[in-house]
Parts: sequence; structure tokens; C-alpha cells
Amino acid sequence: MVETSLFPADTDHVITTRQVNFFYGETQALFDITMDIPGRRVTAFIGPSGCGKSTFLRIFNRMNDTITGTRMEGEVRINGEDIYHNSSNVVNLRRKVGMVFQKSNPFPKSIFDNVAYGPRIHGTHDRQQLAEIVEQSLIRSALWDEVKDRLETNALGLSGGQQQRLCIARALAVGPDILLMDEPASALDPKSTIRIEDLIGELRNDYTIVIVTHNMQQAARISDYTAFFYEGSLVEFNATKKIFTKPREKQTEDYITGRFG
Amino acid sequence: MWKDKAMRLLMVSAASTSVFLVVLIFFFLAKESAPFVLKPGLSALFDTQWIPVSFVRERYGILPLVTGSALVTGLSMLFTIPLSVLGAIYIAEIASPVEREFLKPFIELLASIPSVVLGFFGLMVLAPLIKSLFGLGTGLTALTGAFLLTLMAIPTVITLSEDAIMSVPRAYKDASQALGASDLQTIFQVIIPAALPGIIAAIMLGTGRVIGETMAVLMVTGNSALMTWSPLAPVRTMTATIAAEMGEVSFGSIHYQSLFWIGLVLLAVTFVLNIIAQRVLVRYGMMK
Repeated sequence: MVETSLFPADTDHVITTRQVNFFYGETQALFDITMDIPGRRVTAFIGPSGCGKSTFLRIFNRMNDTITGTRMEGEVRINGEDIYHNSSNVVNLRRKVGMVFQKSNPFPKSIFDNVAYGPRIHGTHDRQQLAEIVEQSLIRSALWDEVKDRLETNALGLSGGQQQRLCIARALAVGPDILLMDEPASALDPKSTIRIEDLIGELRNDYTIVIVTHNMQQAARISDYTAFFYEGSLVEFNATKKIFTKPREKQTEDYITGRFG
Repeated sequence: MWKDKAMRLLMVSAASTSVFLVVLIFFFLAKESAPFVLKPGLSALFDTQWIPVSFVRERYGILPLVTGSALVTGLSMLFTIPLSVLGAIYIAEIASPVEREFLKPFIELLASIPSVVLGFFGLMVLAPLIKSLFGLGTGLTALTGAFLLTLMAIPTVITLSEDAIMSVPRAYKDASQALGASDLQTIFQVIIPAALPGIIAAIMLGTGRVIGETMAVLMVTGNSALMTWSPLAPVRTMTATIAAEMGEVSFGSIHYQSLFWIGLVLLAVTFVLNIIAQRVLVRYGMMK
């Protein structure tokens, strides 16, 4: 399905999936998905609601494991390691693969404790070290200047856009290589959305980012590659420019031109 | 039209009954206990001995009864809090749906056992056990009462704590797990802190129930009004004193009035506990 010429010769495929099927009980949600996601690029998943793009995203950090009655078939490798193999450690996986959710979900704790939560559960308790991690993470998520004087205040007092950037900082604090973003700006106002998009632009050089969005303009603006999903199948995966100018598949064209979805 | 009005009147009066009754009870308690303030005076209540019937000198110190109630309640909460909170965590977070369906009816059943039946169980099973276990002269101790009260408080505290834990948004759990936290880390570092106000309110309401409970403690705590902090000594609680002595006290006597003072103190304590619980719940948005 994917042309070999899609990626430059030196591309490093960080996430590779082979024939992935996924079931919620008896209902099959994903059909035979095989794709290679390049490292240190932004890959966008687009498609109408219910097409399986979020479910597929949650395969990469095994978040679907937390839903009872689900089943996965196929192979998923991250940096070469089979993450669904029996010997695979889900804690280590989630340290390497951070996730940002659709609705910002800071804990009802202080800003500092939110960002320090990940490092703490992974064993960092040195106050000085934590303070450094918190500062670095907040700087990276472009929130530091707004909150540096009130790190001890409750995170729920921040605006929606700030909360989402805090969640990004919290994800960055455990030192991931990959960031999964599940419609991270869909609940935000346009101004906050732009800030999140700018932030993704700044993070793209250091992280492999996979973002689910149902906003096609957003995918066009921020991603290098775009995958179009429809009814649980991967219809087309190509460089974003190509998807939005010369899609190969009729279905893709119909979707991006707004004929359905 | 007049039917609507009549119906409305009927419902308003039905709804106001409890308000009316509470006010009435307050008035009644105040009226019956009032003369005590003049003779022998409120300071008599702070005596360390409760000997309301005597040929030498009557003493109306409710302190031993207050310490009795405090001891039994405190001990009981010492057992109730860990058992209920751990139980609620298990039911809300860890148990499979099948286990939950199995456990919940038992907890509800425990709540529906009449306290006199529990008292009977305490008298026949628990008291002899405690007597032989600690080599005591009698098994009717503060500890025995505390055990029984624990059985009575557990359903309340478990059910309300479970509600509090269940109402923690799923998003917190997702965020924690996505950061690589284990289930236990997620439960103890995110879910419990977020549910804490509700759990505290549950404990307050459970404490209120324990302090006010009468029948079971009357049957198993030994009813000796001693000032003691020993769990293995017989004690007498405020509630048991009222229940035991109200029947034979002479109407309007000082003894009679002092029983009403015990009632007032009891009412004040449970009232304060309820207010605190409600404040906590409202403040953290768990109750409108």
C-alpha cells in the first residue's frame, strides 16, 4: 500500500505496524493496518468520526489495554521492539511514548506536582532534580513564562489552552521520544489552537509526533505526512502536500474536498 | 383549581414536617433541660462521676459518658476507616463487574441488620471471644462495642466512599496510566487524593451514625460509667445512659434534666459532624 519512494532514503521508521486488527468485543474497529511512521516528523491521522484513527493511535502506547473486552491482532514495533510481545514492559513503553488527550486533563494538584508526577512515579524524588525537570518541561511546552511565579497554585485555575500545554509539559517530563496527540486542540479556542500548533512546530525536530485531528486545515498546516482512515482501514498514507493536492484515492479526495465526513 | 391548591398545600405540609419536627425537638430538649442551669448549675455536668441516684450525694458529671462515647467511637473508626476505604477502593477500582455484583448486596444486607440483632450477636459471640482472648473478667468492653459499631458503620462509609471514588473523572486515570503509572500508583496518587473530600465526608457521616447508635452499645459495653481510656474496660456511652435510665427516672427531677443535657450534647456533636461533612461535600462540588 505504501510506496517505497514515500520517505527519503535515510528515514528512520520509529513505529511500524503489520496487519493490525482491533476488536471491541465482537465489533472489529481496525482492519489490517500496515504502516511505517517516520521518526522526528509530524504524522497526522485524519478521517471522519468513528473511522478508527484514535483507536489506532492508542495502540502505540497500549492505552487500549485499559478497556476491558478489547483484542488486538498483528504486530506493532517501536524502535524495533515488539510492544505487544509478552516480555514487553508497558511502563517502559509509556515512558517512551507520551500521550496528550483531546480534553486537557491536568490532575487537581499544583502546576509543579502535575509536571513532577511522571518523574516521581518513575523514582525521581530529589527536589532539585525535579525542579529542573519541571522548569525544562514547562519551557519546552511554552508555558514557563506564564506560570513560573505560581507553580504551587492549582492547575485547574489555568485557562483551557494553558491546561493543554501543561499536559504537554507533563508528558515531556518523563522524557519520551514519541508524542501521541489525540485531537489536542479540538476543545480550544482559535488563539489557543494556534499556540498548540506553534508548539508542535517547535517540538517536531526532537520528537516523533503522531497527531489525530478532524481539522483538515490543521493537518495541512502542521504535518509532514498524513494518513487518511475510513471505516477502520488505512485508505491512503502519503506526504501531506501530496494528500492535499493530488490524492491517489477517490475516497481521500472526496473527504478532503468536503464531500463527506 | 381548588384541587390544585389543596394538593399543593398537602405537599407543602408533608415536606415541612421534618423542619417542624426538628424545631419541636430542639424546643422540647431545651425546655426540659433548662431548670438544671439554675440548680445545680451547669458546672455539675463537668464532674468526673455519674452517680445520679445516691443516698449520700448525687453526681451528674457527664464526662465519663463523654469519654465512654469517645472511646467506643474512636476505636470503632480506627477499624472502620481502613476497612471501608480499602473496601471502597477495591469495589470501585479493582473488582470485576461480577465481583462487584456479588459484593454490593452483602454490604447492603449488612446495613439492613437491626442493631438489636447485631447486639445479640455481640453478646453471644463477640463478648465471650474477647473475654477469653484477653483473659478478662468480662467480655463487655469498649472494644466489643467498637467492633459492633464498625459493622454498622462500614456499609455507610463504603458506599459513600465508593461513590466519591467513582466520581473521579476517568481522564485523570487515563493521564496517569499514559505516563506509565501502575494501577496502584494511579489509585493512591491520583484517584484517592481527588476523591478525598468525598471520603472524608463519608467518614464524618459514619462517625455520626456510630456516636448516635444506642442499642448495640447498650447491650455489649458493660455500662459502667467509669472515666477510662482502656479499650478493655467496660464503659458507658451517652446514648446507652439515656436509653437505660430514661424509663425509671422520676419526671422533672434533676436526674431527668441531666439526661436531657446528655441528649443536647449528643445532638450538638452529630449536628457539627453533619455540617462539616456537608461543607466538605459542597466545597468540593460533590453535592449541590
